[in-house]
Amino acid sequence: MSNWKSVAEIAASVNSGKETARSQVEKALNLISQHEEYKAIISVISERSIKRADEIDARIRSGESAGRLAGVPFIAKDNFLVFGAPTTAASNILKGFDAPYQSTAVERLESEGAICVAKANLDAFAHGSSTENSDFMTTLNPYDKTRIPGGSSGGSAAAVALDIAPFSLGTDTGGSIRLPASFCGVVGYKPTYGLVSRSGVVAMASSTDVIGPITRTVEDAALVLECMSGKDEMDSTTIDRDKQPYSELSRTDLSKLRVGVIKEFFSEGLDGGVRDRIEKAITMYKQEGATVEEVSIPSIGLALAVYYVLCPAEVSSNLSRYDGQRYGYSSKHAKTLDESYSLSRSEGFGDEAKRRIMIGTYVLSSGYYDAYYQKAQLVRTKLIKEFEKVFEDYDVLIGPTAPVTAFKVGEHTSNPLEMYLIDIMTVAANLVGTPSISIPAGTSGDLPVGLQLIAPQHQDKKLLEIANTTEEKLS
Amino acid sequence: MAKLTDEDILKLARLSKISVTDEQVHKFRDELQSIVEYVEQLSAVDVSGLEPTDQVTGLVNVTREDREIKYVSQDVLLKNAPAVENNLIKVKRVLE
Repeated sequence: MSNWKSVAEIAASVNSGKETARSQVEKALNLISQHEEYKAIISVISERSIKRADEIDARIRSGESAGRLAGVPFIAKDNFLVFGAPTTAASNILKGFDAPYQSTAVERLESEGAICVAKANLDAFAHGSSTENSDFMTTLNPYDKTRIPGGSSGGSAAAVALDIAPFSLGTDTGGSIRLPASFCGVVGYKPTYGLVSRSGVVAMASSTDVIGPITRTVEDAALVLECMSGKDEMDSTTIDRDKQPYSELSRTDLSKLRVGVIKEFFSEGLDGGVRDRIEKAITMYKQEGATVEEVSIPSIGLALAVYYVLCPAEVSSNLSRYDGQRYGYSSKHAKTLDESYSLSRSEGFGDEAKRRIMIGTYVLSSGYYDAYYQKAQLVRTKLIKEFEKVFEDYDVLIGPTAPVTAFKVGEHTSNPLEMYLIDIMTVAANLVGTPSISIPAGTSGDLPVGLQLIAPQHQDKKLLEIANTTEEKLS
Repeated sequence: MAKLTDEDILKLARLSKISVTDEQVHKFRDELQSIVEYVEQLSAVDVSGLEPTDQVTGLVNVTREDREIKYVSQDVLLKNAPAVENNLIKVKRVLE
């Protein structure tokens, strides 16, 4: 029995006066304190969220509607600028940073009456796949406290799996929404690149960073996406959203669906239990009369290598702003300005940020630029063309979200490359810019398995509809 | 295949404005070496006839009307600065 009704039902109940926004916020705040042991939350926004709830309740009492998300509490990953609590990106260098403005995504959700009640843990600056790179703490998997929740949006996914709040926000640069959603048994949606404004979100790799919801159902994800997507003057890479509302999900006629199963994802590295669950989903599509065929994307195995050139390159540029002068941690040991830059960065950044900054600096330096950076950009083009070709014949591509289920805390921390490889199935969608979703597909042992679906760019609505129908058939 | 040396790491650290201890130099050298070796697989890929991809939106030269937008106050912005004097951000001396 869930603590929460659907997002639309909560808003309807609050708008009708049957329940108050205040009671929803208090419920979420109580649940947060009951689940502290999982370390999903970095900071709680109690004062401001109660104040906002009271304002919403007052508006409803005076006969106004308070929006499509009226009184719905949510949790934002701590790399979103939000009022009422610091924004740290789980890094020591931003510890205590007080947002001067709010991210567009949060502003848009708030304008529909949603209330941000807490900030969730992540790998510092979203660099990681387990939350173990957080400078503060490691979040524990709700299914097994000896395991990680996935990352980087691990706190956001764990919070929804723990049923602390009806939905949360994450960011996905190489899989950071879908991977933890898969490991925590919830829905994680990565929209088409540009569909949700990145304004007010701590930048990681700007050419692949996207923002998306983590929810219990596809229906909730569609509604949240609808409320926060679309063009924004503050982010010139944003695109228009569909004319048709995402939340009005028609059923997909599976008998007319053309499903491509990504062959390369079923190699020997795939965990047997994960394979079983994904094969069950494939059987379901076949039984429903869908056309299901194996497809090959020959360069998909190179996606991770492309990503680990381009992503650190962009990271090295985006993290240059943390210089200890205008905001963030500033070293007390420096005597000159130059020393202040390097000591603030050395003392403020964790090892993973330093690795990525140095790798990025390396691949961008003269003499190596053509061999690494430009070469990766060219292979990215090759990958995009291969996806375009496959999408001529298929509506949706499927495969596992990750090759394994949630692993043990500490299992992959000794070797950074080993941790990078966890993202091997998610990064391609980021490089190509396509929408992609991870939905629960049952368990292996006692651990959740995620089914990944990928659709062509701009077909977010169609993908949500396919995922919604799939979710229903699999449950 | 490129082999990273301690000098390479020190140079990258200097360019990145990160200071590293001797112990860290060895650790980062080995870790970065394994990452560079992994991405080296791209060198064998045939990319003839392809153009590099910078971004995937297809958008070109996005502009907007040039007008004044009210932003947050100076006080709010200065509140996060580590050191402030006379409404200005104070930094360490530039010259030794």
